[in-house]
Amino acid sequence: MSKKKVKKLINGKGIRYDGRKLNELRPIKLEVGVLDNADGSAYIEQGKNKILAAVYGPKEVHPKHLAMPDRSLLRCRYHMAPFSVEERKSPAPSRREKELSKVIREAFEPSVFTEYYPRTSIDIVIEVLQADGGTRCAGITAASLALADAGIPMRDLVSACAAGKVEGHLVLDVADLEDKQGEADVPVAYMPNLNAITLLQMDGMLTSEEFEQAINLAVEGCKQIYQLQKEALKAKYVEVKEAKKEDAEQ
Amino acid sequence: MTSSIIARVRQKRIEQLISLGKRLDERGLTDYREVQVEVGVIEKAEGSARVRLGKTEVLVGIKIELGAPFSDVPDKGVLTVNAELVPLASPTFEPGPPNENSIELARVVDRGIRESEAIDLEKLCIEPGKKVFIVFVDVYVLNYDGNLIDASALAALAALLNTKLFKYAVKEGEVQIKPGYKPLSIRNHPVAVTFAKINDKLVVDPGLEEEQVMEARLTMTIEKDGKICALQKGGAGYFKIQQILEAGKIARKKAAELRKLVVKK
Repeated sequence: MSKKKVKKLINGKGIRYDGRKLNELRPIKLEVGVLDNADGSAYIEQGKNKILAAVYGPKEVHPKHLAMPDRSLLRCRYHMAPFSVEERKSPAPSRREKELSKVIREAFEPSVFTEYYPRTSIDIVIEVLQADGGTRCAGITAASLALADAGIPMRDLVSACAAGKVEGHLVLDVADLEDKQGEADVPVAYMPNLNAITLLQMDGMLTSEEFEQAINLAVEGCKQIYQLQKEALKAKYVEVKEAKKEDAEQ
Repeated sequence: MTSSIIARVRQKRIEQLISLGKRLDERGLTDYREVQVEVGVIEKAEGSARVRLGKTEVLVGIKIELGAPFSDVPDKGVLTVNAELVPLASPTFEPGPPNENSIELARVVDRGIRESEAIDLEKLCIEPGKKVFIVFVDVYVLNYDGNLIDASALAALAALLNTKLFKYAVKEGEVQIKPGYKPLSIRNHPVAVTFAKINDKLVVDPGLEEEQVMEARLTMTIEKDGKICALQKGGAGYFKIQQILEAGKIARKKAAELRKLVVKK
């Protein structure tokens, strides 16, 4: 029952415990089209986060009475694997997962042209295989690519990133330990070309000045992630193009 | 909650009025409906309060029980917030396990109380790792006419301020309840202020019809020193950064007004 050791997370030079600067993202790896059965899919690694996202649809709605006459029904399930965290998590969806599923869905509603596909559903599935803080944001970043991979028309890609306050410093892309020991966490989802915030949550305590800085910092992070998302999509299309070329040559 | 169908004309009317700076019930864009707060309405609960926000009505009951702490925080009491959208409150509320709306409501109220550290959970520890007090905050929605979050958060705060903790003694590892009570110590006073974005304009305290036509919703919970302690965006739309910062300014003012109704000096 000893108290957990509290590690100092930021040194005197403004370097974080994992070697990052205050306004630096964790290393991000994105891959598009990783699942066979899904209409669109993507995989993200951000720090130790490992997350898969899949999109099914537009497809027939089950149960049928949920179908809407003027648009597609957007659904989202955010879920964490039992082995994704230190202590085994029950596989049953927790209240946290249900809330996150809702806010993630609402983060995509402003982007997806749901009115193009009446009476159908578009299902987003996010499965966290390993969690290291900021999973809702990383999940959104991946799911956005999965939607694009499924060929679903969107007003813009949605990029997501958190800012936070740790030991008095505002930091970008809050990792698990920083979230647990830190003073505040502000996850943001953002459509860069429309300058629109589609997800905003916060816990912790911030003055209004700090909050303004945090939200601007998070948006800067989203803009960087947006570039990575574009590159990942391009890489996928280059791959498809080259495979086709090879087929033609044979 | 946006699923129910509202006549298109009504929607147009609401949007038109708001673009003129007016609302259906003749409130200004940053005016709350009439707020009524009653405390101590349920004698069997350790604390309780009923808040009316216009026709929206929420009852919060606080129960305190003995239990075990979470293993990662063995020296702290436990706070649990639950919300019930009771079927008698609206034709759109159905019986059954909590849906995403009631879970979100409970978690937003929870976040405000938890992050502002309103309850001194360390004081609720009886024996580290073994016995602590568990504070159950149960939000009961009795009539739904929009803006459940603000009504629930205010009722929760009013109920907590009205909560009594039974006296006890520990004898040979056993907790014995003694006669008499003392008030539960509340250190901070978080108040939620919710905005609806309609036709690209912000209005506070959206009524039911406004909620049905709003593009997006933003809740800011402000603690007693004016800091932000919780945020939640909801709904299918989006916000511009400028709108969020503007909302922050209004929220601080409105939170201070609402706080006066429940925190008696």
